[in-house]
This record gives sequence, structure tokens and C-alpha cells, in this order.
Amino acid sequence: MVNPDVQGRVYPSTVPYLVGREKVREFARAVLSESPIHHDPEAARAAGFSDVVAPPTFAVTIQEATLAQLLADEEAGVDFSRVVHGDQRFTYTRPIVAGDELAATLTIAAVKQLGGHSMVTASSDIVDAEGAHVVTAISTLVVRGEE
Amino acid sequence: MSAPVFDELEVGAVVAEREITLTRDHLVRYAGASGDFNPIHYRDDVAQSVGLPGVLAHGMLTMGVAGAVATDWARDAGWVKDYQSRFTRPVPVDAQLGALVTVTATVGALDVDARTARIDLKVVFDGSTVLGKSQLVVAFA
Repeated sequence: MVNPDVQGRVYPSTVPYLVGREKVREFARAVLSESPIHHDPEAARAAGFSDVVAPPTFAVTIQEATLAQLLADEEAGVDFSRVVHGDQRFTYTRPIVAGDELAATLTIAAVKQLGGHSMVTASSDIVDAEGAHVVTAISTLVVRGEE
Repeated sequence: MSAPVFDELEVGAVVAEREITLTRDHLVRYAGASGDFNPIHYRDDVAQSVGLPGVLAHGMLTMGVAGAVATDWARDAGWVKDYQSRFTRPVPVDAQLGALVTVTATVGALDVDARTARIDLKVVFDGSTVLGKSQLVVAFA
């Protein structure tokens, strides 16, 4: 069981992640995304962005470091081998572009127990180097109970 | 292919469809690109040891390729303000045959004042949907 007392817990901001142009292209290829704004800086600039635009699910690579904080928190008691990804949401203020330096702060929005399983809602606010909000990534993790 | 025009969109219209055969190669590539190296996405023995039929596609890969169908349609006409999905069924990826997934993108809702279009994504594997409430909101310029 996940410790219900971690609901409301806020973790320290992650080390800033510098978004590289080649990483954006690599991620776009991996999700079979062909739109030129993900690959071609000229096309991205013509569309009003400073460099290639990351696909919407790219934020998961920055959120990842915050989920690692949760898994490493022994008080929370999240057994990674029992975790199933329940749902995922990204809510953007602006798209991520190459050159962004992004840091994430995780808040445990909810811990619920449901039929022997625990459901943890992990909300990561991702901000740029100026501290302005870019995207919030929210995951619901289902932690299966012991048989 | 030209970018869509907001004022020409109609709720209920199918704007894009794609058939994708996900293979183990795609899973390995996604693992590297995303940093998600959970072995259930590349090792049958590990997947089977936790009661799965075999290697599964990353839920985030399925969500990613579905989103790409919408963003390839939108091209440079706008950017994605919001994207959500529930992971309702796993997608096992056979080592030889892969997994055939079909994605259908439909205009779910339009907000004329905000100039946003909600694109609903239906993702089917083996006759069943694998993502629930998969909705991507495009903000048009």
C-alpha cells in the first residue's frame, strides 16, 4: 500500500534539463511524427517558434526525473514492479522548443486506495529558465496490491 | 499536404487515419528516445515473469504515435495545448509480426472564441480500443 500521508507532498525542483535539437528530432522520429516543425528549424521559425518544437508527449522525458524522486522516497512506499500507468495528461502554456532549460517540481496531488490497489496522482509543474510555466504533466499510477 | 484551416473544421469530421505496425524496433527506438528502459518493453522473459503474455508497447509510445497522427495533420497551423489519454488495454508486440494499430482522428469539439479544436483519437488493436478518452487540443494561430 502506498502511504496516504504523502498526499500533498512537494519534492525539490529537478536539475534543469536542456532541450537539444537532436533530442527533439530523435523523439519525434520515435513517435513517427513527420511534421516539419519537429525536424526543421526553418519550418519552426516560419511558424513562429524559435527552434524545433517538441511533440506533445516529449514532456514525459522531463517528468521522468520527478517520478524517480517519488520511487526513491521510502516513506511513500511505491513498489515500482507493481506500478501500472493509468493515465497521462499534459497541459501546456506554450510548446517546448529546442534551447529550453526546463525544471520540474512534483506534487503528490492524491493518494487513493481502491479495491486493494493504490492510485497515486503525480503532478509535475515544468518551468523554463525564467521560472515561467511551460507544461504540467500529470500521471495516475496504479500500484497493484499484494495478492 | 496543406495545413488545416480552423474556420473550415466541422465537429464529427474524420481528419486523419493511419495504420501502424508497431515492431520491437519501434519499442527499442522509443526506449532510447524517451529514457524509459523498463525491461517489460524489450524482454519477453521479464514480461512473462510478471504475468504478461510478452513484451508490451510503452503506453507512452502508443499515446505518442496517436498524437503524431493529429500533429501531422495540424502541421504548422497551430500547437498542442493539451493532450490526455487513459491506458485501458496493453498492446503486446509480437517479435515477428509486431502489432497492427489503427488510429482515427476526429474533430470532437471546437471553441470558436479560443480558436481551439479538440481532436479525439481512437486507437484500436486487435479489435479493441487501447486508449480511453484520448483527446488532443490544438490551438490555432
